[in-house]
Amino acid sequence: MTVEQIVFLLISAFTLSTAVIVVTKRNLFHAALALMATFLGVAGLYVTLDAGFLAAAQLLVYIGAISILVIFAIMMTRRLMQTTEPAYNAQSGFALVTAVISFGLIFWVFYVFREFWPLIPDAVTPLASKPIVADEILQGSVVVMGRSFVSSAAYVLPFEIASVLLLAALVGAIIVAWPKAEDKA
Amino acid sequence: MSFDFLEFLKSLVSLTISDYLRELWGNQPWVDFLMNVLGVVILSTFCLLIVIFLIWLERKVIARIQRRIGPNRVGGRYGLLQTVADVIKLLIKEDITPTGADKVAYLLAPFLTVMAALMVWAVMPFAPNIIGVDLNIGIFYFLAISSVSVVALLLAGWGSNNKYALLGAFRSVAQLVSYEVPMILALLVPILLARSMSTVDIVNAQTVPYLIVAPLAALIFFISSLAETGRTPFDLLEAESEIVAGFHVEYGGMKFGMFFLAEFVSTLFMSGFFATVFLGGYRLFGLETLVIGDGWVIGNLLGLIIFFVKMFAVYFVYIWIRGTLPRVRVDQILNFNWKFLVPVSLALVMMTAVLDKLLPDTFNDFARAGAHLLANIILAMITIEILRSYARRQRKLASDDGAAETASGHDDHGHHEPAHEPVAAH
Repeated sequence: MTVEQIVFLLISAFTLSTAVIVVTKRNLFHAALALMATFLGVAGLYVTLDAGFLAAAQLLVYIGAISILVIFAIMMTRRLMQTTEPAYNAQSGFALVTAVISFGLIFWVFYVFREFWPLIPDAVTPLASKPIVADEILQGSVVVMGRSFVSSAAYVLPFEIASVLLLAALVGAIIVAWPKAEDKA
Repeated sequence: MSFDFLEFLKSLVSLTISDYLRELWGNQPWVDFLMNVLGVVILSTFCLLIVIFLIWLERKVIARIQRRIGPNRVGGRYGLLQTVADVIKLLIKEDITPTGADKVAYLLAPFLTVMAALMVWAVMPFAPNIIGVDLNIGIFYFLAISSVSVVALLLAGWGSNNKYALLGAFRSVAQLVSYEVPMILALLVPILLARSMSTVDIVNAQTVPYLIVAPLAALIFFISSLAETGRTPFDLLEAESEIVAGFHVEYGGMKFGMFFLAEFVSTLFMSGFFATVFLGGYRLFGLETLVIGDGWVIGNLLGLIIFFVKMFAVYFVYIWIRGTLPRVRVDQILNFNWKFLVPVSLALVMMTAVLDKLLPDTFNDFARAGAHLLANIILAMITIEILRSYARRQRKLASDDGAAETASGHDDHGHHEPAHEPVAAH
């Protein structure tokens, strides 16, 4: 095994085990903490793939914002300090079925396209090493990404649609939270 | 090439030790490894030890601002060893965990805070070629890591099982999450001007320091960095007179010490970051590339000294503000952020982007700097004029109210809706 493989396996084990904790812990607050650890593991996977920007974005958005929001929701809606809930509800059976089916689908896709693996000519298995990318492409990846967001040849339309959607959500949130006329008086 | 002690010392002083070792032992991979390990050890030890000096400095300067003498008993006339004594006291205190505490969160929080405070130093350029790692997303990395420190505060507040701690945590999250927005927007301006997120590229792009090119961005960044580090006038998260000590009220001994340490380390980092992004970092009229004698690169050492002078100059301003300004209220802190800082910084980013695109390529750095400075001044004047007219309107409204109330027999002038307070007063 190469060092990269060992690192990949360690990070994956960390991510998966914390993910299991998220769904089995009875204490919701601890589950939220484990969720943060899972996000951290995913960020670590991005780092091993040389996607530094994505890893930092993962930290900033998922740990810095979404997890905080989750913890706030737990704090606001449950009795403070005593957050023990049953870990399973009536949907757990369906969830298991869905998870197994999606895992099977992903596995099937990988199996069907197995002749395209490995992406690098001299690698033995898909896990053996990551695709080799030139250093200047990695160094300039942020610039390339920024340009492709606003270039008409690339992703300007999805980017703009996403920003309009976010703006609409923002305006909607403000309108929902706006004090009604009768509240003021 | 054989080992020469004099050459070794020279390379040590001029901070080119890694080049020297590479010359000595060839281009081995373990030279890089050794330098990385050494760098991490030296940098984190430096960050932890400098706090001892920083606390002494802060107490001394605040004391002088308030016409006191400050620490002067332990360690000679200037009380230099006062903090050492304090640290020893913290270390030998009993290690208490409250009965009702959530153990995981309670014990994890101090470590996370210190980790987040130390990790950001990786992208700080101390001198030419002296940087932990020159990431091409340097500034973004700093923002990502510092957003983790919010989690640590929340853990501390929740885990302590104490109402004051939880209140402090709520306040801190509201404040830190809000002030991240103008901070990111203000940092976008230097990123735009340097066309890079790497801290080294930003330093190299500053032929004219960005304090002159983008003074408004510097001001907004400075204000939001005050809020992000939770220092006066934004120290609501540990407001002693309201919520005892906020999120760390249940912590004692060195666990409290770690929160304290993280605060000082991150304040010093903010000063260094301000110096890097807006004051030109280690640059000063080309002194940082000076080579004397037969190729002895003294510039690195000079660059390090220049950087430290700038960093501590900014740090002094932080202490100065702490000694001068009182604390603001929770509603003021949020109104000031969302109704003033965010709109201004949005306008600033847009203006800078458009202006930078419109300026012809024939302009050199100084002409560009002048144009940006002029635009900044105009934007500042427009902002002040808008604030003034708003305040005038509010005053008129308030005096009309007052007149009406007096006419109808109520002479209670203090009775105004809080929402009617002018924003300009903040």
